[in-house]
Amino acid sequence: MYDAGKIIVGLVIFLLLITAPVWYNAASGQASYAPHLEIVTDAKACVAPTDYMRTSHMELLNTWRDEVVRHGEREYTAFDGTVYEKSLSNTCMGCHSNKAEFCDRCHDYMAVGRPYCWDCHVEPKGGSQ
Amino acid sequence: MKALFSLVAVVILILLAWFGSGSSGGAYLFGVILPYAAITLFVLGVVYRVLKWARSPVPFRIPTSCGQQKSLPWIKNSNLDNPHSLVGVVARMALEVLCFRSLFRNTKAEVKDGPRLVYGSDKFLWLGALAFHWSFLIILLRHYRFFTEPVPGFIMGIESLDGLMQIGVPPLLITNIAVTGALLYLWARRFTNPQVRIISLIADHFPLVLLLGVVTSGVCMRYFFKVDLPAVKQLAMGLISLNPVVPAGIGSIFFIHLFLVSVLLAYFPASKLMHMAGIFLSPTRNLANSNRRVRHINPWNYPVKVHTYEEYEDEFRDVMKAAGLPVEKE
Ligand code: HEC
Ligand code: HEC
Ligand code: HEC
Ligand code: HEM
Repeated sequence: MYDAGKIIVGLVIFLLLITAPVWYNAASGQASYAPHLEIVTDAKACVAPTDYMRTSHMELLNTWRDEVVRHGEREYTAFDGTVYEKSLSNTCMGCHSNKAEFCDRCHDYMAVGRPYCWDCHVEPKGGSQ
Repeated sequence: MKALFSLVAVVILILLAWFGSGSSGGAYLFGVILPYAAITLFVLGVVYRVLKWARSPVPFRIPTSCGQQKSLPWIKNSNLDNPHSLVGVVARMALEVLCFRSLFRNTKAEVKDGPRLVYGSDKFLWLGALAFHWSFLIILLRHYRFFTEPVPGFIMGIESLDGLMQIGVPPLLITNIAVTGALLYLWARRFTNPQVRIISLIADHFPLVLLLGVVTSGVCMRYFFKVDLPAVKQLAMGLISLNPVVPAGIGSIFFIHLFLVSVLLAYFPASKLMHMAGIFLSPTRNLANSNRRVRHINPWNYPVKVHTYEEYEDEFRDVMKAAGLPVEKE
């Protein structure tokens, strides 16, 4: 083999890059971590079915925002007939007042970063990251 | 025809994953067994092909020299285009790998009225290739959020930079536009340019369509058909820690995405995509032009059996003398 030294070094770097997450997680020991989301409200259900909320709450918020800001429609009738005010700070955070143990915990797990919404919207007290 | 074949092949792959992943056994197949098989093929295949390439002899320096060679001290040497030292080679390779420098010099030949053959600069291929590869890299890095816990900070940084435009929720990512646009351009190029069209094989069309499939399914998943991302991460972390679990209720769009990625990985070592490793092993780029200054011994030189004049004379002395030819030894 020609230039064996250099090629082997290259291959080792390749293997290290490919397997990096394996070593990283072995070192951090957090591979089986799953965020525990605390629900602090007495309500039984969210504003939409839980499956939908898990996957699409950001779309719901976006729709609410557009409807409120552009069309002035502030009332939302949930799937179970309850009527809510379309509001991030009042409605969502009214029930999920523990932002750090709920929203942030899941967002940290999924590396969503810090949604820029809180630049303007009020966070529940003591709930900041 | 070849393009159509590739398109149909990818559609069949999508349908396979779509209907196959429905049952819980199917989800295990598409979520665990096939990804494991694919990554194994990928790693072994790449290593095998690199080792195979490494066995080809490189007896002599054959860099493409596009500039003045290093010679006498007062002649200006072009160290990037005709490198004479390790530093020059490393710089040349880095520009090649990171900026696709040779592709930047790509020209196109056209027959204009006359008929006149005209060469012109053609930067679009370079631009498309650069946009594609860099977006791809950034997207791959961003995917590390599924494979690491805690997620390293720089990955979040990449994501917020990428979503800089803050259009929509979740924010539209610049790389998603760039990668789709670049792939569409690179594929369209194979239809619109007659010369390129005629030399395009299935091996050229299929990877492009497959990548388009991977990217489109990913983009659809982010913006249109949402899936349960924490569950996806559970699955990914299970794979990484060799402790696979398939959480229920991940949408089939995810299995389509993952299956297309698995096919890509498994196909990779057998395909032209091996240029990922090949670029590092290109003798026309990675060798210093030291042919004249350093003695390169041909590695397969064997002792050559020579017949010297003395031996020749010993053999034929009598005959030579008889014919009246002069001999050196009586
Ligand atoms: C530049 C500041 C700003 C940012 C950033 C921002 N908003 Fe708003 N938002 C507003 C303003 C102003 C209103 C109008 C409030 C009203 O009319 O009651 C509003 C209204 C809304 C409403 C409906 C009314 C209410 O009380 O909540 C929703 C829902 C909403 N925004 C969601 C979001 C989400 C989700 C994000 C992040 C993706 C976000 N906003 C980011 C300024 C902002
Ligand atoms: C009436 C109180 C209430 C309001 C208002 C409310 N939620 Fe919920 N939310 C809940 C409850 C209770 C659950 C748990 C449901 C369950 O476990 O099935 C929940 C679940 C969720 C989940 C899924 C958590 C998981 O376990 O995966 C998300 C995400 C969520 N809510 C986000 C929101 C957002 C965003 C808003 C504002 C648009 C909102 N919620 C408004 C009560 C509420
Ligand atoms: C079950 C986990 C989970 C919980 C709980 C959760 N989120 Fe999210 N959220 C996500 C994920 C995952 C995304 C990113 C989606 C994507 O990238 O496609 C997201 C995205 C968002 C976004 C869009 C911004 C962005 O950068 O993508 C907003 C706004 C948001 N969440 C608000 C909330 C609020 C407010 C709460 C608490 C009431 C909450 N979320 C709770 C998982 C969760
Ligand atoms: C060749 C490898 C891959 C490519 C090119 C690719 C490409 C993409 C693209 C372009 C997106 C759109 C969103 C974004 O850019 O972040 C995406 C999203 C996604 N990919 Fe991949 N992907 C690859 C491998 C994988 C693997 C191995 C997984 C398994 C965990 C995966 C899971 C996902 C998920 C869950 C999403 C949705 C993310 C969201 O909603 O924000 N991908 N992919």
